[in-house]
Amino acid sequence: MSITVRNVSKTFGTFVALRDVSVDIPSGALTALLGPSGGGKSTLLRVIAGLETPDAGTIEIFGADSTHLPPQRRDVGFVFQHYAAFKHMTVAKNVAFGLEVRRRPRAEIRQRVEELLALVHMEQFAGRYPSELSGGQRQRMALARALAVEPKVLLLDEPFGALDAQVRKELRAWLRRLHDEVHVTTVFVTHDQEEAMEVADEIVVINRGVVEQVGTPDQVYDEPANQFVMSFIGPVTRLSGRLVRPHDLELVTHPEAGAAPATVVRVVRLGFDVRVDVRTAEEDVWVQLTRTEAEKLGIEAGGRVFVRTPPGAGLAAMAAG
Amino acid sequence: MARHLLRVVALVYLAFLLVLPVGIVAWRTLENGVVPLWSALAQPNAVHAILLTVEVATGAVVANTIFGVGMALLLVRHQFAGKRVLDALLDLPIAVSPVVVGLALILVYGRTTGAGAWLGEHGLDVIFAPPGMILATIFVSLPLVVRAVAPVLEEIGTEQEQAAWTLGASPLQTFRRITVPAIRWALVFGVVLTLARGLGEYGAVAVVSGRLVGQTQTATLFVEERFQNFDQPAAYAMAFLLAAMAIAVLLATNLLRPREGV
Repeated sequence: MSITVRNVSKTFGTFVALRDVSVDIPSGALTALLGPSGGGKSTLLRVIAGLETPDAGTIEIFGADSTHLPPQRRDVGFVFQHYAAFKHMTVAKNVAFGLEVRRRPRAEIRQRVEELLALVHMEQFAGRYPSELSGGQRQRMALARALAVEPKVLLLDEPFGALDAQVRKELRAWLRRLHDEVHVTTVFVTHDQEEAMEVADEIVVINRGVVEQVGTPDQVYDEPANQFVMSFIGPVTRLSGRLVRPHDLELVTHPEAGAAPATVVRVVRLGFDVRVDVRTAEEDVWVQLTRTEAEKLGIEAGGRVFVRTPPGAGLAAMAAG
Repeated sequence: MARHLLRVVALVYLAFLLVLPVGIVAWRTLENGVVPLWSALAQPNAVHAILLTVEVATGAVVANTIFGVGMALLLVRHQFAGKRVLDALLDLPIAVSPVVVGLALILVYGRTTGAGAWLGEHGLDVIFAPPGMILATIFVSLPLVVRAVAPVLEEIGTEQEQAAWTLGASPLQTFRRITVPAIRWALVFGVVLTLARGLGEYGAVAVVSGRLVGQTQTATLFVEERFQNFDQPAAYAMAFLLAAMAIAVLLATNLLRPREGV
């Protein structure tokens, strides 16, 4: 394990950010801390970096007890949501900063800065100031700056949170490729489950200061530990008192054993997906179909259908509380 | 129409209040050419007054720069009991008359008091000597650097500093390489105001200095003393010099400052 968090608690005034959190972060992997805003994930990241001191508990980074080490001596790289660019320095100077404070030889610094700018595709911006860059470019610069000192762990706090949707998607894919190249143990905080699913090897779901589940994207999606994880990680609906994924439901036009009769309330086409709202005797259910399936069934608002969970195994479902 | 009127009013107001008096001082000083100006300022007492003024103003600038940055960091970055009281106290020197400041300093550091006597025995005369004058100038210009720097510190936040820490920079390196460059223009502005105030201070310095000609007489005291003794050319010349220094300092700041805040 590269980072071991043991029984960490942290409160701000009366607000409990973390309560008795224990989690292990595997070496070399890309781990997402996923959860709703105010759930404690950023606090956990900052405690790992040494930017916050936990009220209780310990942090180990590669076997060394780092609980009381200042951030300077933890060998972590940190990337902030709002870039924290050094505004009075050029891109090259920003990237060189960590090496300069370590008093490395000039030639080495120059070479390393060139390598890193190439890695983040920013060679042509070396002489620019942060104010002359777009948000995405600033964040790539911040990433190069953090990587320059060869940290043991790279920590990213909502790295794409301040960017618009398009740039965000590009940078996500790019971060994944970068990690496959650099292999540094990386932990990033996000409230976007799609981002976590797409980028991470492992997801730590955090809510209200506690770890709800740790697992691969498939595990948290298909075998959610509880209702919170199930509904946070993907879409859910309710059928016969159970929480299910809407795309796991089937509609049939003829009565069958185990299929609940229902009336179609609404059919919404969202590109390839079709969202069908139906009403059974007990409740409102929504079913996600592909366009092909919907056309084959020929469903329309007001029509009579039967909803069922298909006989296949391994579906995420649980009793609704 | 209303806007033109407002402009005219503002310009006339400034003309009578600022441009006309300063202009007349300049005209009176230079009406017989620069030779009388030069000879007036070259007198030993005038030279001494100028040097003493620079010494006092510099002392106040150094002290208030260190104190001001430290105090701004304290007020912006830390939470503690009594913060609001401290914040309010900082503006006191602006509200209190400089004459009162001078009198208060005499009451504390005068030779007849405990503190003053003790310092005097150890070779440091405060009142009627440069240390007291520097102290008085520090007092009257106390909040200028703090008030210039604090809002900028507030605005830049702490993320850049935290980023520097994670990159291995010590607190001192972070302060020197990140914090100071970020606040540099506010700091320059505060320093210039302090310098201008220090060069021009009259009341507090008049009280604590004892106005000893050639010993504790600063440029402003020199102007007053020469004027009272009907030596108008010397009074005008020194007044002109003080105004010119203030304008030069303000111009330099404006020229050095980048067009847009970086």
